[in-house]
Amino acid sequence: MSADRAIDNTAPPRLPDVIAGFRRRAEAGGLLDVAYTAMDSPIGPLLLAATEAGLVAVAFSGNHDDTLNELAVRLSPRILEAPGRLDAVRRELDAYFEGKLRDFSVPLDWSLVGTFSRRVLDRTARIPYGAVSSYGDVARSIGTPRGARAVGNALGSNPIPIVVPCHRVTRTGGTLGGYGGGLDRKTYLLTLEGALQRRD
Amino acid sequence: MTMPAGEHRPRGAGLPPFQALLDDHADVVLRFLIARVGHVEAEDCFQETFLAALRAYPRLRDTANLRGWLLTIARNKVTDAHRDAQRRPMLSDELDTASAAPPEPAGREVWDEVKRLPAKQRNAVALRFAEDRSYDDIARTMATTPEAARRNVHEGIKKLRRGQR
Repeated sequence: MSADRAIDNTAPPRLPDVIAGFRRRAEAGGLLDVAYTAMDSPIGPLLLAATEAGLVAVAFSGNHDDTLNELAVRLSPRILEAPGRLDAVRRELDAYFEGKLRDFSVPLDWSLVGTFSRRVLDRTARIPYGAVSSYGDVARSIGTPRGARAVGNALGSNPIPIVVPCHRVTRTGGTLGGYGGGLDRKTYLLTLEGALQRRD
Repeated sequence: MTMPAGEHRPRGAGLPPFQALLDDHADVVLRFLIARVGHVEAEDCFQETFLAALRAYPRLRDTANLRGWLLTIARNKVTDAHRDAQRRPMLSDELDTASAAPPEPAGREVWDEVKRLPAKQRNAVALRFAEDRSYDDIARTMATTPEAARRNVHEGIKKLRRGQR
């Protein structure tokens, strides 16, 4: 806005730099309610989303836009692609897929989970790496012995799969039961953890 | 991922994730700001624009014209920047040709012509056609009357037509 402007020889600002600066300022100003990023994994691309409280959603490939729209409605539309907030989650997931990490320690945000589902998922989170429980076991252990179906529903709507290991719940009798990410992924995860025999 | 149904009434229902506004409109907003304030100030104005938008976003009711909404904020930030520089709330006379990018690539030749117009006409034409502002709006931004705004646009267009022949 001065006479210097007539000899403005500086390079034009690059859009990615300008956006990165905006993102930093949004986060510093407490305006970034939900940060997300995508990462590759052996079971396909994953979408990771976190609030300031912690990891709030993990989604498998194929529905990232749907997931973001849903997060906009259920949490806040102040959603930005901001990988920095998810660095720790990505590191833990990478280590998990390399077989080097058995227990996740990143903070979780449970705000998408209702009261009953929370009980189910808390119980599920205590199933050790390499082990499985049945839907009935989980139902009994949270005091609803006839609630196996409700448990199945709660697991099916787990917003933080892998990290909250709903894949460790299988049918009595050895069949796998369902999985929100598809049975191939459930098989992969249980095989990785050694709960299933590797079939070559 | 299927999420359980929420019990509370979500705020901002129906608004797309803010990232979509960046993906769709950041480019246009940045080029607009470069044209209006130059390379050095455009970055800061851009960030101020999107921070203000992000702050207000959950309360936004009308999502029909998000680009127009962002450009309105951007224009206000330009006005603020000018005011900060102890200037009248209108555009600089010193827009250099190198930094003034046209708002749309398709209109490159026309906007090159626009840049050669006298300041008042150039600003009025830019506000009218790059931003689709009303004459009342243009008058407010340029601290003039709607009639003067209309005249500036009219004179600018006349010159452009003449120049093209």
